Amino acid sequence: MPAPLPPAIEVSRLVKSYAGMTAVDDISFTVARGEVLGFLGPNGAGKSTTMRILTGYLPATSGSVSICGYPVATQPDEIKRRVGYMPENNPLPGDMRVSEYLYFRGRLKEVHRRKLGPRLDEVLELCDLKRVRHSIIGRLSKGYRQRVGIAEAILAEPPVIIMDEPTIGLDPHQILIVRDLFAGLRGRMTVIISSHILAEIEVTCDRVLILNRGRVVAQGAPAALRREILGLTTYRLEIAGDAARLTALLVAFDPMLRVARQEEPDADGFRKVTLTTERAEELGEPLLRALLSQNLRVRALSRAQPTLEDLFLAATRRSWDTVDKK
Amino acid sequence: MLLINPSTYVAAFIFLLVMGFVFTGILESYSQAPQDASPAIAFFQYFAVPVMFMVPLLTMKCLAEERRTGTIETLFTAPVTTTEVVLGKFGAAYGLYMTLWIATGGFFYVLRRFSGDPHLLDLGPLLGGYLFIAVSGLLFIAIGVLASSFARNQAVAGILCFAMLFLLIFVGGYYLPDASWLNSDALHPLKTAVDYAQIFQHREDFTRGVVDTRQLLFYLSGTVLALIFSILSVEARHMHS
Repeated sequence: MPAPLPPAIEVSRLVKSYAGMTAVDDISFTVARGEVLGFLGPNGAGKSTTMRILTGYLPATSGSVSICGYPVATQPDEIKRRVGYMPENNPLPGDMRVSEYLYFRGRLKEVHRRKLGPRLDEVLELCDLKRVRHSIIGRLSKGYRQRVGIAEAILAEPPVIIMDEPTIGLDPHQILIVRDLFAGLRGRMTVIISSHILAEIEVTCDRVLILNRGRVVAQGAPAALRREILGLTTYRLEIAGDAARLTALLVAFDPMLRVARQEEPDADGFRKVTLTTERAEELGEPLLRALLSQNLRVRALSRAQPTLEDLFLAATRRSWDTVDKK
Repeated sequence: MLLINPSTYVAAFIFLLVMGFVFTGILESYSQAPQDASPAIAFFQYFAVPVMFMVPLLTMKCLAEERRTGTIETLFTAPVTTTEVVLGKFGAAYGLYMTLWIATGGFFYVLRRFSGDPHLLDLGPLLGGYLFIAVSGLLFIAIGVLASSFARNQAVAGILCFAMLFLLIFVGGYYLPDASWLNSDALHPLKTAVDYAQIFQHREDFTRGVVDTRQLLFYLSGTVLALIFSILSVEARHMHS
């Protein structure tokens, strides 16, 4: 039996400090082959720095990183052949044509001259760049430029692709196109994308790594993370009637249910009430029955899905708390 | 990049224009009064003028621009080493520099074709002159690449390159050899160094047909040194950035 393939990316106890400041503080994670991992974090969380270390562009202060079993520190050449990287802000030479640039990059990445032609067509097709292949990059719109950057990253068919904020500055339509592109790569290539656009990460990634102040504050599949960090289910009610009766009813109905927030009644006498509970199962229907049996008028009842945004805020706040306690 | 950029062609045009005027100026002085030296010798006497302007123009962008636009990041995450990048940039700039100088050979061809006087075209000084340009060009371009590796802004790189070339060519070649304060014993090593770095003297020797290996070594070792410093400078910058 052949030895199992090493994971696509293995990072252990990675630290990077600039003069007097620690950008990445003891990060460890592994990425399996074919997985799409999202880096999520506020600005300055260490996303870009970690990515730059992964590509071998920056040396790490301590810790080890290996890609496809090759350590980055000692075999940078092997790493560079295996990683397609799109840096932050997607730098491109403004005065080359799209096809010229991609040809140049392909040759630089050691794609054989004879294979490069067909591969170029394939990539241009995949990224929907056929129409602009002879345009000068500096004159392209942001969406096209972004796709040129993505085309460049996947050009040499590297097993690992790292993209720093690939969807920044795109309009929703273009984001959809880019998202489809990633979906097409899923399973074939290992992809790391960073973003602070949460919805983006949620749709594209198999797994999310939330970074804050250079530390991993949470990781896992988006759904699992939600349960783990927030733990609470939230119900939103719009109700008219006696407030005291509502409180009494809630205590009788389920002692774990708490009123998190209550607003003043509006012109029609309806109030918005937010309830939270630690129970995971659906309480909507029994709750509605109980409310109606008490002659409370209900206009709306919904179970709020915590968004990744709440999750992100909760996770980063949690890490601030731990940092402050030190 | 060098051949795609329109500024390259503007620079090439200006270079050939200026050199053309210099050449016509020389020929006019020949037509008015007989001169001791052949036109080739006179022509290469003016080498410093285009060098001071062309070398910064050709090299200032090479690394500074990559750094400013951020393409240096994609460049160094491709499977290439810093040495390959710096040598590539150097080679490209040097190739273009030499192409431009070789294009001035057309002036001499035109002169010979239309004057019909073989005396005007002395092959020895001509070849010596071009050999000098080729050898000294190595050092000048390497200095330009070094200046570009220091700066992020291409204008800064260009001015830095200009200043370094000015120090090397004019201060080293004109002022220091005559400076009396260098004659004291304590400064003897410095004086020897200055004596080696007399670029105008070198040009004269080359056009006279004297190719001294010490002078060749001066240019070659200077080139290698400047390139090594460029490589170190590029590496140091992205390690600490």
